[in-house]
Amino acid sequence: MNKKIVQLKIKRQDKPDAKTYWQKFTIPYKERLNVIACLQDIQRNPTTQSGESVNPITWDCNCLEEVCGSCTMLVNGKVRQACTALIDSLEQPVILEPISKFPVVRDLQVDRSRMFENLKKVKAWVDIDGTHDIGEGPLMSDKVRAQRYALSECMSCGCCLEACPQFSLTNNFMGAATFSQVRLFNLHPSGSMLKEERLDAVMGEGGITDCGNAQVCVEVCPKSIPLTESIADIGRQTTLQTLKNIFMK
Amino acid sequence: MPKRKKKIIVIGGGLTGLSLAMKICERNAEVVIVSYQSLKRSHSVCAQGGINAAIDARNEGDSPENHFYDTIKGGDFLAHQPLVRDMCYQAPAIIHLMDRLGVAFNRTGEGHLEFRRFGGTLYSRTAFAGATTGQQLVYALDEQVRRFQHDGAVKTLEWHEYLGAVLDSQGVCRGAVLQDLRTNTLFTLAGDAVVLATGGPGQVYVRSTNSTVNTGAAATMAYLQGAKYGNGEFIQIHPTAIPGPDKLRLMSESARGEGGRLWVPRTVGDARPPKSIPDRERNYFLEEKFPLFGNLVPRDVASREIHDIVYNQKLGIAGEPMVYLDLTHKSKDYLEDRLGGIIDIYKKFTGEDPKDVPMKIFPAVHYSMGGLWTDYETDGNGMIEHGSPRNQATSIPGLYAGGEADYQYHGANRLGANSLLSCIYTGLMMCRGIFTYIDNQDKSVDDIPSTTFGDAKNHWESRLNEIKAMKGGENPYQLHRDLGDIMMGNVLIVRENKKLEKTIREIDDIKTRFKDVNCVDSTDWANPTPSFINQLYCMIELSRVIAKGALMRDEFRGAHYKPEFDLKQPSKFDPHEYIDYLEKKNYGEVSEDAFPEGHLEYMKSFEANNDNWLKSTIAEYKNNKPEISYEPVDTSVVTPRPRKYD
Repeated sequence: MNKKIVQLKIKRQDKPDAKTYWQKFTIPYKERLNVIACLQDIQRNPTTQSGESVNPITWDCNCLEEVCGSCTMLVNGKVRQACTALIDSLEQPVILEPISKFPVVRDLQVDRSRMFENLKKVKAWVDIDGTHDIGEGPLMSDKVRAQRYALSECMSCGCCLEACPQFSLTNNFMGAATFSQVRLFNLHPSGSMLKEERLDAVMGEGGITDCGNAQVCVEVCPKSIPLTESIADIGRQTTLQTLKNIFMK
Repeated sequence: MPKRKKKIIVIGGGLTGLSLAMKICERNAEVVIVSYQSLKRSHSVCAQGGINAAIDARNEGDSPENHFYDTIKGGDFLAHQPLVRDMCYQAPAIIHLMDRLGVAFNRTGEGHLEFRRFGGTLYSRTAFAGATTGQQLVYALDEQVRRFQHDGAVKTLEWHEYLGAVLDSQGVCRGAVLQDLRTNTLFTLAGDAVVLATGGPGQVYVRSTNSTVNTGAAATMAYLQGAKYGNGEFIQIHPTAIPGPDKLRLMSESARGEGGRLWVPRTVGDARPPKSIPDRERNYFLEEKFPLFGNLVPRDVASREIHDIVYNQKLGIAGEPMVYLDLTHKSKDYLEDRLGGIIDIYKKFTGEDPKDVPMKIFPAVHYSMGGLWTDYETDGNGMIEHGSPRNQATSIPGLYAGGEADYQYHGANRLGANSLLSCIYTGLMMCRGIFTYIDNQDKSVDDIPSTTFGDAKNHWESRLNEIKAMKGGENPYQLHRDLGDIMMGNVLIVRENKKLEKTIREIDDIKTRFKDVNCVDSTDWANPTPSFINQLYCMIELSRVIAKGALMRDEFRGAHYKPEFDLKQPSKFDPHEYIDYLEKKNYGEVSEDAFPEGHLEYMKSFEANNDNWLKSTIAEYKNNKPEISYEPVDTSVVTPRPRKYD
């Protein structure tokens, strides 16, 4: 590998309904470069390998340290955050594409609002009485806290949905990220008061029964969230809820 | 006062914006949240170590009054005291609220909240959720806002940028000019009040611990529209970050709160691997110099010491500008549980595991204590009158600011884990006052002629068209880098007037070069470039405020260190001597032998310096440049005195 330069091949799309095309770029190598730093370099000199002046690449990013979840893309075919994709550990040319399970806005930028709509469907919140001072929150063991914390690190980046064979642009499958949030809030003492409504929401179309159990979600999660455990747990909770729905009627 | 529901426009979806929006919804008014990106992704998620509240869970004798004093002292007495005091007294309720919202705060054996140590205090006062506390707090507030969204009470405009305030003929803010970042179309939004919760300006330095959205453009635009900007020169340099070409990634102060130690090899140029350097050959420089606070001195102190050890004593690791942050003496399980988030970041970016080898770190631009000037009203007892329309009001009527975008909670240096607190506190606190403001208006926004909005929109449309038509020779992204290099060069830890004068000339050069910018993308769909060029314009203007404020402030206070004006505190000095001195002075001339040798002279110069400089810097945009004036600081609760941490 030539250490002096970095070669990139980037899939571009000017508008949501426009055709895609590829462009190649070469930038000077520096130590500790990551994919975002390369894209920033191209902004400063938006010229392709063949010397053509082009528009800089459009992409999403913010924190550059993998806590905001913005910069999810396909890097050499693998879904991940571009900020932690270090050039030294990537094969060149580094191939960048937008993730495929969400509508493209422009270039590497996609619209992930579906993820946030799903969070509304499952009421991923604690239904508090009000923000006034009514004292301490509920007691909770540190063990349950640790379990919840692991789930709460989900930054809605979309990696698990991109990898999921069940989740597509056209269906309404909710996917692992959403199921895991149901588990997170059902584990909270006051959050669990909406438990039944949450379970009902994942028992319909696009819900937990549509999961094909491919187990790839957990492999691509950048935060190592135990997504398959969450799916199994919500599976159990919904089974109980089904029985309850039958016998309580 | 209008008969309809009140309508408030909140710019920014971080902790301040979200907590305010939640409060507004609860009080049955309409709120529109405008965010540059998806709400869940704001810069507040980058905060790591925790949030302060003097709950005294460990029975150490802590109290909100102690929290208040530590904060004021940490800020070198430049913060307005009633505000800080009110914030510290509200802090326990804020933590309990966040806990009720479901934040996964670490817990004790009995299931209560766990607290840890942080800089600038001797108490365990910091509640935390692993080492991603900011992220966890943002998520909890985001969830509440989503809940209100579900109920139809809040409207969110994500992927929208605030360009400026709509001002009526009286100069009252009546709404905002916004740009849809997808369609690149402009429109105005009318509101009874507009709140800037738009965070800090770290991008002025390009490489910092800040996120890419932190350009400070919204606050700067308010300044360019006539709002006062306060204490711009007070920029916090965080002692511990991972050096990098695109970003300097924060390694939380909580690493030291959990026992992390800073050290360098005792011998210049010692290039041995850190684990093979025996303890006696290591210089734990903070512990040696500050036996009382050790590694947990405030950030301004720690950053200065690192700068000194690296550049003056030449003791950086293998001659490089880096020092060790060592956690390897702690158990791996403990570190994973309490610091997992930052350990993961360090591993991913350097390939080394801080559980096995000491981290290599260096200071980085982190936080702006300064920001938009905002007002407040005290209750006369050293606290804040929460219903006052003056609270968090900028000098433009109807335009409010909070969180890192304001200027008044952290003085000359912020204490760790106080930023999350001040963000949530201002968001929650300002709500009632804004309602009072709206109730007090003789004329509502409904009575404002549509031409006022039309004119504002036209102004911005032609401004962005002008930018799109720029076809010069300067790449705007490169020009931004160059601005950052200038600011990094001379407006950091150590400041010298000659260099600052040069910096101001160099910023002027950048301003000249800006006229020759090339708008490298002039398409009209999801095009970030014209908007970035406008932000760059704002960053250049803000850099002038920062640099000029720094040049003019001829003293050493908190993060603003000018060696030339260091009063050189005698080594055995006790700050209580100063209180004695003030007392004695009330009874006439103080004799030389009342204090140890040299102390009286030091105290006199300290007093004289405070007379000159214990003032807020106020920048106003006049005749196309920042005009600097000064305002008194409210020191009504505790007497300013020399800081000491050893």
